[in-house]
Amino acid sequence: MVERRRFGNLIPHLILWVGIALVAFPVYLAFVASTQDNAAIANGQMSLLPGDLFFETYYKTLFVGTSGSTREPVGTMLFNSFVMAMAIAVGKIAISILSAYAIVYFRFRFRMAVFWLIFITLMLPVEVRIYPTYKIAADLNLLDSYSGLTLPLIASATATLLFRQFFMTVPDELLEASRIDGAGPVRFFKDTLLPLSRTNIAALFVILFIYGWNQYLWPLLITTRDDMQTIQIGIRKMITTSDALTEWPVVMATAVLAMLPPVAVVVVMQKLFVRGLVETEK
Amino acid sequence: MADVTLRDVRKTYAGGVEAIKGVSLKVADGAFCVLVGPSGCGKSTLLRMIAGLETVTSGEVDIGGRVVNAVEPAARDIAMVFQNYALYPHMSVYNNMAYGLRNRGLARAEIEARVHEAAQILEIEALLARKPKQLSGGQRQRVAMGRAIVRHPKVFLFDEPLSNLDAKLRIAMRVEIRKLQRRLKTTAVYVTHDQLEAMTLADLLVVMNGGEVEQIGAPLEVYQKPATTFVAAFIGAPPMNLMPAAHAGPNGWADSLPPGAVVGVRPEDLMLGQDAPAGGLRLPLTVEAVEHIGAESFVYGKVSSKAAAGDDVIVRVAADATPALGTSVAVTASRDKLHLFGADGRRLAD
Repeated sequence: MVERRRFGNLIPHLILWVGIALVAFPVYLAFVASTQDNAAIANGQMSLLPGDLFFETYYKTLFVGTSGSTREPVGTMLFNSFVMAMAIAVGKIAISILSAYAIVYFRFRFRMAVFWLIFITLMLPVEVRIYPTYKIAADLNLLDSYSGLTLPLIASATATLLFRQFFMTVPDELLEASRIDGAGPVRFFKDTLLPLSRTNIAALFVILFIYGWNQYLWPLLITTRDDMQTIQIGIRKMITTSDALTEWPVVMATAVLAMLPPVAVVVVMQKLFVRGLVETEK
Repeated sequence: MADVTLRDVRKTYAGGVEAIKGVSLKVADGAFCVLVGPSGCGKSTLLRMIAGLETVTSGEVDIGGRVVNAVEPAARDIAMVFQNYALYPHMSVYNNMAYGLRNRGLARAEIEARVHEAAQILEIEALLARKPKQLSGGQRQRVAMGRAIVRHPKVFLFDEPLSNLDAKLRIAMRVEIRKLQRRLKTTAVYVTHDQLEAMTLADLLVVMNGGEVEQIGAPLEVYQKPATTFVAAFIGAPPMNLMPAAHAGPNGWADSLPPGAVVGVRPEDLMLGQDAPAGGLRLPLTVEAVEHIGAESFVYGKVSSKAAAGDDVIVRVAADATPALGTSVAVTASRDKLHLFGADGRRLAD
């Protein structure tokens, strides 16, 4: 398909443009709404061009918050969400790479049993075990805390499995060469396995960061204080107002702001991310 | 500098499979010992036991007068070159060679001196900053050797180090490994399935089969006096012709052999010609295939005599004396070129 035809590409391009428009239009609409006057939006007379309230709305959103439903500025929510997503991503990677290392490289009793136990947790996502998890978190005084937000979500089988599969493709001779070179288990892990897993770690980090960022149910349960809520919860609380008008520009600005960190992570990690998915560097 | 001694070394795997069935062996200080055998004969396992990568079920592995059965690989003072080189993919060539030295806590200046010395010997100084991925197969091979040299080990262990190279490079590297080992005067144990590699490299050739040693000796000694039919068939290309003594036809010596005896004769010891020397062997052949390899040819024939009808025989002849396909010829060998083996496959006293 090297041949270039002037109109041959037209239809595929058309389809692609329609697809892009379908995805991008709501985002654009959110941005436009966040720069306009609330009254215009409420009247249903919103312009499709950005308004002139950009700085005013975003300043209010970030540092002041809505006047009604949730009085917390979105800056705090962004911070909470960021802490939560980071802790989940880093914590999951740290725990799962170590447990995969143990499962693949060490012979201990009940090794396979341990592996299957970890594997089975795949079938029990947070939603299924939500009550016992909540009970434990409450008993441990983890409500309204960062540890409560993150710890229950950190123990993860997916990442363990992924690292296990990767470790099994690392040639045994590398381990043997390391042993002859005088590297013990810790050195082998640090000097050889970790650098080799770099792209895998990056790919996982992107996936897990977004996973953590998009958490909704668990933060909804575990946090009650306004200053502990994440941005996903904040948006929802802003929309439901009992007596006042929903402040749509602020809601939309929050939505736009909520999209930015995951986008930033993907953009920054893209190169490594793609390499982690398509190639194994050996 | 050290000798390597194995005393009745055995290896039994957890499943009860006996991989090494009692091997005793002594490699003198500075000697080049080659373990050769078909795949699955236990030669790699034996090497890995010397390296400390496999446990020893029973027996003793002794390096330089110290029994090392329970010593970690890193503390055995050995260096190993792997078949797939096992270079650290994320480290530069320099770091690949320096890694083991750093782990041993050598001073930075000493490490640098050793790496550069090894790089100079192997002519890879220009590659020190590169990653293994950017190297050709031959260059990787050199780096793997370099990693072994910098350690100044007592023993080099090679696990089929040349089998991933193309034929030409393999021969060149073979010569180089030999030169290098002579120069460094370090004891070496080398595993290969290639009998030509084994013959050309070894001071001491160890032929293994089914977890046991078939024969230990200097390469030419093994070639000229194979201890068993297995060695006779394995060492030498094309392999020695082997046939039941009864097929050799009625003659004086064959009749006095024990029942089930086997006669062997190497392709190059067979001559085209009608008359057998006194007490020798004469076989009438039909030529079935001919391989010209330049200065000489290999003739594949079927014996047409009544006693040995259907036996396959390979004969090496000069290129200008190659018989045509389908013709009938006779080949002969004198008595002193014949190898006689008993029914158990062991060589009979000459």
